[in-house]
Parts: sequence; structure tokens; C-alpha cells
Amino acid sequence: MRDKKEVSVFRSLDWFTVLIYMALLAFGWVSVCGASYDFNQDGDFLSLSTRSGMQLVWMGTSMGIGFLLLMLDDRHYDTLAYLIYLALLVLLAVTPLLARDIKGSYSWIKIGSYSLQPAEFAKFATALAVAKFMSVYGYNITRWRDFLFTLGIVLLPVGLIIRQHETGSALVYLSFFLMFYREGMPGSVLFAGISAVVYFVVGVRFEHDMLGDMPVSVGKFAVLFLIQLFLAGMVWVYCGRSRYLSGMVVCMGACTVLPLLFSLYVIPFDVTWVQLAGCVVMLGYLCYAALHERLMRYFYIALFGLGSLAFFFSVNIVMNRVLQSHQRDRIQVLLGLKDDPTGKGYNVIQAKIAIGSGGLEGKGFLNGTQTKLKYVPEQVTDFIFCTVGEEEGFLGAAAVLLLFLVLILRLIHLAERQPDMFGRVYGYCVMSVFLFHVFINVGMVLGLTPVIGIPLPFFSYGGSSLWGFTFLLFIFLRIDAARDTKRH
Amino acid sequence: MQNYNLEKRKYVLGGVAIVIVFVYIVRLFTLQLMSDDYKKNADSNAFFKRIQYPSRGVISDRNGELLVYNQPAYDIMVVMKEQIGVDTIALCQSLGITREVYERRMAEIKNIKRNPGYSPYTQQLFMNQLAVEEFSVFQEKLFRFPGFYIQKRSVRQYRHPYAAHVLGDVGEVSPGDIEEDEYYRRGDYIGKLGVERSYETSLRGEKGVEILLRDVHGRIKGHYQDGAFDRKPVPGKNLTLSLDIRLQALGERLLEGKIGSIVAIEPSTGEVLCMVSSPNYDPRIMVGRQRGKSHLELSRDPMKPLLNRAIMGQYPPGSTFKTSQALTFLQEGVITPTTPYACSGGFVYKGLKVGCHAHPAPLPLAPAIATSCNAYFCWGLYHMFGNRRKYPTVQDAMTRWKDHMVAMGFGYRLGIDLPGEKRGMIPNAAFYDKYYRGSWNGLTVISISIGQGEVNLTPLQIANLGATIANRGYYYVPHVVKEIQDAPLDTLYTCRHYTNVERQHYETVVEGMRKAVTGGTCRSANNPWYEVCGKTGTAQNRGKDHSVFMGFAPKDNPRIAVAVYVENGGYGAEYGVPIGALMMEQYINGKLSPASEERAALFQSRRITYGSYAR
Repeated sequence: MRDKKEVSVFRSLDWFTVLIYMALLAFGWVSVCGASYDFNQDGDFLSLSTRSGMQLVWMGTSMGIGFLLLMLDDRHYDTLAYLIYLALLVLLAVTPLLARDIKGSYSWIKIGSYSLQPAEFAKFATALAVAKFMSVYGYNITRWRDFLFTLGIVLLPVGLIIRQHETGSALVYLSFFLMFYREGMPGSVLFAGISAVVYFVVGVRFEHDMLGDMPVSVGKFAVLFLIQLFLAGMVWVYCGRSRYLSGMVVCMGACTVLPLLFSLYVIPFDVTWVQLAGCVVMLGYLCYAALHERLMRYFYIALFGLGSLAFFFSVNIVMNRVLQSHQRDRIQVLLGLKDDPTGKGYNVIQAKIAIGSGGLEGKGFLNGTQTKLKYVPEQVTDFIFCTVGEEEGFLGAAAVLLLFLVLILRLIHLAERQPDMFGRVYGYCVMSVFLFHVFINVGMVLGLTPVIGIPLPFFSYGGSSLWGFTFLLFIFLRIDAARDTKRH
Repeated sequence: MQNYNLEKRKYVLGGVAIVIVFVYIVRLFTLQLMSDDYKKNADSNAFFKRIQYPSRGVISDRNGELLVYNQPAYDIMVVMKEQIGVDTIALCQSLGITREVYERRMAEIKNIKRNPGYSPYTQQLFMNQLAVEEFSVFQEKLFRFPGFYIQKRSVRQYRHPYAAHVLGDVGEVSPGDIEEDEYYRRGDYIGKLGVERSYETSLRGEKGVEILLRDVHGRIKGHYQDGAFDRKPVPGKNLTLSLDIRLQALGERLLEGKIGSIVAIEPSTGEVLCMVSSPNYDPRIMVGRQRGKSHLELSRDPMKPLLNRAIMGQYPPGSTFKTSQALTFLQEGVITPTTPYACSGGFVYKGLKVGCHAHPAPLPLAPAIATSCNAYFCWGLYHMFGNRRKYPTVQDAMTRWKDHMVAMGFGYRLGIDLPGEKRGMIPNAAFYDKYYRGSWNGLTVISISIGQGEVNLTPLQIANLGATIANRGYYYVPHVVKEIQDAPLDTLYTCRHYTNVERQHYETVVEGMRKAVTGGTCRSANNPWYEVCGKTGTAQNRGKDHSVFMGFAPKDNPRIAVAVYVENGGYGAEYGVPIGALMMEQYINGKLSPASEERAALFQSRRITYGSYAR
């Protein structure tokens, strides 16, 4: 009986994903070797006193964990989901009491000579709990009560992690919204959420940059323009070939281009006031359309616009009036919105230099001068992608990105083939977490996203994150391997 | 049904992932492949190129006597980013500077306009060329001044206080030098004057470089690729000058308190044996940090001691020029050695009079040279320029004359291996056409035949005339460098330049110059040891006449040709001849006889008072 089961697990296991996992691990180890290599070291990468040697230990144990996870009965994950979730919540809650201050973060528990970061394991636990909760018969995500409960399951660990001053890890849980979207959350909610993030980031980041010589804040200008663009875009997408579309576009152009030209060539003035007036006109126009056509959609679009304006200006007021300047700075630095040449700004500059100097084929294994000479801070952990870019060049870095893309697309495929909701929800959680990590981590190294300190899966040095990702992935692979037994 | 609709959302999510990866790959492409800036940035981050300075070649005289050598000196460098918090008072004390000097220097370093290569992360020159004793106090306390570093350099040292004009000096490169030759970096040294400048590329050697890897804290971690790209410095080449430093020293003694120049040339090689320009200065004041101050003082001196009169002074050659006229007239067939010309107190013709002193007349050529008869050479030029059968126009005659002069090395730079040589002045037909609006003849320009009027030569050109006559018709371009270590001399200095006059005519002129010594104007140059040939000159000018001498010795197989030019020294015999004679004696005998030594002391002490007119 037992024998039979084992055979079936390995027969139905998705070896393709395992292969990608192995490839990423191998590539990751090479990068850790390159990033942690000290200048005069004699090529001993296996010694446990080096980071590459330790990473090898983490990799070995991870594979052991992966094997064990596959050996367990798939039904355990379903039945034990809440228990695991609760255990992790307790662990997260006590962590700040046990942890010592490591660079302002209270998220590491010391066990012997090793440190463990419970936040890394909370991801799979939360994913399991959410999957279990959502797979209950009669669950409907569009029902407010159900949705709020689900949100609560996600936000509980978020709150505990923020208490540990690990904002980056907490933000990862935002990725669960991708899964919610797949499971039926209205797309407009996702869109509104993304819009809010974009308004916030763009508005705050570029608030004090001036547009040319004009007294126009780039942040304000860009956000108001985006709101107008979104309004017009939504009319185009949701209302088909609307006859109001051309009016919207004309209004948008008129209150952007004309005052801009006027300000540029005649009298410099703050263009954003005209843009604001333009927004108001567009909102009125939409209300008129809603009444005239008796179509609520126009009204909803107007509501979105109004909400956008309200959100943006309240953020502005909170940031500039309510918060003290040091609090404002803290938020900006925390979200990587503030250029700080000696702090996070410096990291990004050095990261770009390291990657940019790699060229097409890179400088070769262990030949990266920028990483070897420690120009990039956190290069073994959060900024490990620099080493890939510098030593393996464009070809290597692009290959890594494509490998991650293949993994994510494969995970979508696997999630979609799950016979039950539990598997699918969990699969989408896994995929969302990976996507978010790659998006933020590589984005910050490339200078595209805010500097939020989260690891690159399978690359960044560290046992906790590697174990955490292994748990996340292999539990899903085990669930997936059992898909056929559930069908019958 | 709803499920089916939702399933389509997987494409949205997959699409999002694809778009993200696509955008990132495009970003990677622009960062890594579109621009070189990041690579350069990375190199300047990680590579620390430590320049290794070669030792500059040393300079010795023709007898192997060391003249210029190197002595260690120390530059103090500062890295602005690292020197924050340094105890400036202690620093100023140990360097012996005031607080104001410190602040000014720091401001200068940070001024991008004056210091275009400024970076707060690299070493900048704070103070240069500290001598060992100045530096030792500082070195003891160096550990207290983070961000300050020591760079070992060397400064030039001079063994003798002589030959400043020939040796020249070195100084910090100017922005112009850097622009001209990319070898130089700010703070490098370059030859500024003399052979230091003209042989800069040989003397300087080749800078070496060590490519070191520097980590984020500025710590040196080792050589890049184990030094595969390092270059060792190549030491500069040593120079052997053709100068005889003892002869040079005597020349400088003799011209003390006078304005003028002495040039001596070895006729058989064109090597310059001495080149004196007076007033001069001690080259040792142009060393290290005092160079700027000394240079400023010298350049403000109305006597212009920086001017190397031997090659930059352009003087009327006076009667020494008559030898070249005799050669021209002989070659052109205007006269023969026996042609006599009358002289009744000078050249008098058609209301024009060029005066002459009292001597028997008429005279053939050799005695005319010996007595320096003005009339003889005026007649010669008059007949040459008036010969319409040979020269259709006076312009043709003039051109012919000018060609002879140019072939003798006048009117153009000779090409000596020193910077700043002047060309002198030999008028040509076009010059007079313009000057006299086309209406001129031999009489109009008669004074050029006696080395006056428009004719100007440098003392070097006069000495070269002596060397040419000594060689009976050819010269080597005079040069002050006899040998460059491991390198051949420029072929310019190793090939003969023949004049357009035949050898036999030179013999005639040599006879005349010999007669001048035995029984003419140069009698005081006569001595029992060897046969001296000479020609005096008394050049008229706005003030008192200049005293000139040009000669060589011995008559056969000459070893030295010398030109002496003493401004406002009066008759040629007054200063020129005795000084020239002493120079020849010193060189040929290797020392001065006691009697000559006395004479030398006498001439050394004689002073000429100069007016303050612009020079």
C-alpha cells in the first residue's frame, strides 16, 4: 500500500517544475558564490565558514524538506491548514519578544548559532488557510462578509509582521489580491487598488520635482493626467463605442496641452489648476452622460474619478500637513521613494553601475569587480541580481528572468488544472507570491520599483527564505500530484 | 458559466507576468548594452590607477661631469572625502604653513575651474615638492591626518650655478601642455626651458601604472588580474651635453656685469662648447616650490636675465660680417684676392660717405680684412650690385647676395636644439622694394656690406660663421646635446651644410683673419701656443658701439670657433678680442696661464654701465 502510493506520487509529480526549481537553485548558488567571494579567497566555496558553503547546506536541507513534503499525505495540508496558520500566528506574535534588533528589524529568532525568520514561513501558512477558507462550500468572494473574512486571514499576519518592522515582507501579502482577482473579485477593485498605489508612489515620489522651469509639480501633473487618462480609458473599455469618448479626449487634451504651451511660451503658471478644472468638467460630463443614457456605468466611472481625486488630495494633505517632516521622511525612505545617496539611493546607483558594467556576456564567474569589491550593499541577499547582471551579463540576467517567467506561467497552468478550489487558490497564492517577489526585487535592482527589501526567490542568501519558498512550492507540487485521486 | 469567465483571467495574470519580464529585459538591455557609462563608472569605482613616476634622465657635460641630477622630494596628497575631521591646526604646524594658506589651498583644490580633474574620492595635490627635512616632521605625524597621503617625487638638482639658459628647468605642466600631449596629467612636471624642454620626451621616460582594485571603503585589495596590465616605468634617458662646464664657467665670469653673449662651437662637429648669456641666474633658484617666485622675479627684471641672448638676441654683426662679404665677392667674381680698393678715410661716392679709420690704402683683400677697412667692402658691394651684365637688375643681385647669406646660415633659424631661437634678419629684394618703394640701388643699401643697417644676426649665427670659415666652407647645425643615452642624435645635427662658396676663397679669408691677429685689429689675441684667426666688430647702434669678436683656433684643424658680443663694449678690441682669446686658451690649453688668469680677473671685474632704455 505504502509502496504503491510512493510510486504514484513520483509518477504524477510535475517534474518540469522541479527541474526549474533545481535550475534556479543552481544558478542561485553560483550567484551567491560570486557575490560572497572575498577578494583573496582561494576558491574554497564549500567551506562552511563561507556564505557559499552555508548556502549549500540550506540548499541540501531545502531539498530534504521538499522530499519530506512530497512524502506526506496531501490531505494533511487540507486538514491541518488552520492549525499551521494558528501556529505561525503565535510564532509571529512572540517573535518580537524573542528577537534582537538586527538593523532595526525584530524578525529573527536565534536558535543556537542559526537565525530563523518566521515571517518567511507565514506565507505558505496564510496561503493554506486562505485556500481552505475559500474552498468551503458556498463561499462567494463577491459577498462582502466572505471577502472581509478572507481579507482578515491575510491581514492578521501582515499586522504581526509590520510589528516586527519588516514592512517589505508584509507588503508581499498584497500579492494575494491577484489570486482574489482570479477567484472572482471584481477587476475594478484590483484596478482601483493598483491605481491607488500608482497615485501614491508617483505623487509622493515626484512631488517636489518641477516640470522644466515652470512652477508645476511633476507628481501632481502626472497623477492628474493619469486620472483623466483612466477616465477616458474606462469609458472606452466599459461603454463600447461611446459617443462621449471623443468629448472626453478633447477635454483631456484641451486642459493638458493648451495650458502647457501657454505656460511654456507666454506666462509660466501652475498648470495643475487647469487640469483639476478639466477633471471636474469630465466628472460633470460623465454624470450628464449617466443621466442622459440611463447607464449607471458612466456614474460608476465618475465615482472612480471622484475617489481618485479625493484619495490623491487626502494623501497630499496627510503627507504635507498632518505628518511631521521626520515622519514623512520615514515613510518615503521606507517605501524607497526618497533619494538618499548614502542610503537606499546609493544602493540603487551602485546596483545600476554593477549591472550596467556587465555588458552582453558579463565579466565571467568571480570576475565582477563591483560585487567582489563590495560596492553593492546587501549584494548577497536583496541585491543578488546585481551579481547575475555583472558576472553573467545580459544573456545570463535575461535567462534568469525568463526562467522565473516559465516558472510562473507553469504555476498558473498547474493551478488551473486543479480539480478543487483548495488546490487552485493555493496554487495562485504561490504564483502570486513568486511574481511579487520577482517584480519588486528585480525592479528595485534595476531602479524601476521602490527599494523594498525582499529576497529574490532561490537566489538571495539565507536559509529562512529558501526554506520558506521550498515549503510554498513543494506543498503545491504535492497537492498537484494528488489531483487525479480527487477526480474520482 | 461564471467559472468559465473567471478562467479567462488566467490570461490576464499570465499577461501581467509576461509584460513585467519583458519590461525588465528591455531595461536590462538599455542598462547593459546601450551605454558605456556604467562600465566606465564601474571601472572608476573599482580600478585605482597608481601612477609610477620614472626617474628623469640626468644631464652631464662633454667631459662626463654631472650637471643635473635628481633628489627625492615629497608631494602631499589629500582625499577630500577622507580628510573630514582632521586637526587642521596640528596639520598646519607640522607643515609649517598658516591657517590661511591651508584654507586657500583647500579652496583651490575644490575649485573645478582651476582644478578640472577634481574628485572628492581621489588624491589631490595639496603641497608639492617638500624637501626631506620639511617632510620628516609631517611624516611622523601622518597617522593623525587621515586622508592625507605622501607621494614620492623627485626634484632637479644642479651641481653648478652655471649654464642656466642651456639646462633650463622643470615645472608643473600648464593646462596647455596637458591639452597638447595626453601623456601629462595635472601635477606632472615638464621641461620648461632649455634642454629640459627640447629633450623633454627623452628625459621624462615613460610613466608606469599599477592597476589596483579598490573596495567600497577605498581599501586596496590587490592587483587587477595579478598585475597583468601593469606597466613598469621606463626611466628617462641621460643626456650628455656638448658644453664644457669649465669653459662655460669662465665665460660667465668674464661677462659678469656686462650684457652680452659668448658662443663657442667645435667646428668639426657643430657641438656648442659654451653658450653664455649675460646677465644670467643661478639655475638652483628654479627648483621645487621656489620656482614660481623666482621665475616671476626674473621675468620682472628690466635686464631680462631669462632671455638667452645667444640665440634670442638679434644684433648687428658689425665688421665680423665682412668675412662673409669677402667670400661672396670672391665667389661672385667681383674681386680677386689681389683686387685693391682705395680708402681715403672711408667710402665716399656721390655724396655718400661711410667713414673708416686711418690705415694704409689701397689694400688688397687680406690686409683689408686685417685692418677691417670699411671702404673695401662698400666698394665690393657697390660693384656687385651695379654689375648689370651679370645681374639684369639690382633685385637679381640682391637675391644672389641673399642666397649666399642664407647658405651661410643667416636669416633663418639654424635649428639648434634649444627652444626660442630667433632667425635674425637678412633683407631681400622684396624687403627693399617695399621699404624704398622700388627705388633703390647698391648705394642705398651699402651698409649691409659692413654688417650694419638691416642685417641682424644672433651670437650663435656669428659663432657659426666662425665655425664655417674654420671648416673652409661647411658647418654642422650647432647643437648642445652631444649624446642621448641609447639613441642616435637627430640627423639634422650629423650632416654637413655647405655654403655656396668654394674652399679656395675660404683660405683667402682665413689668411685675412690670421693677419688680423698677427698684425691687425685682433693683435691682443695672438699667443705663442697656437695660431689664432679672428675678426673684430664694432657695431654701431643707438648707444655706445657694441664690442664684437669672431674667431677660431688653431688655424689648421681648428678646435674651437668663438663669438663674443658685449653690448655697448666699444671697439671690438676692447672687450671682444681679449674675452675671445681667453676662451680659446681655456679650451685648447685646458687652463689659463697665470698672466691670462690675471687678465680674466680684470675682465671679470670690469663693469659697463647701461642706461635704462628698453632692451
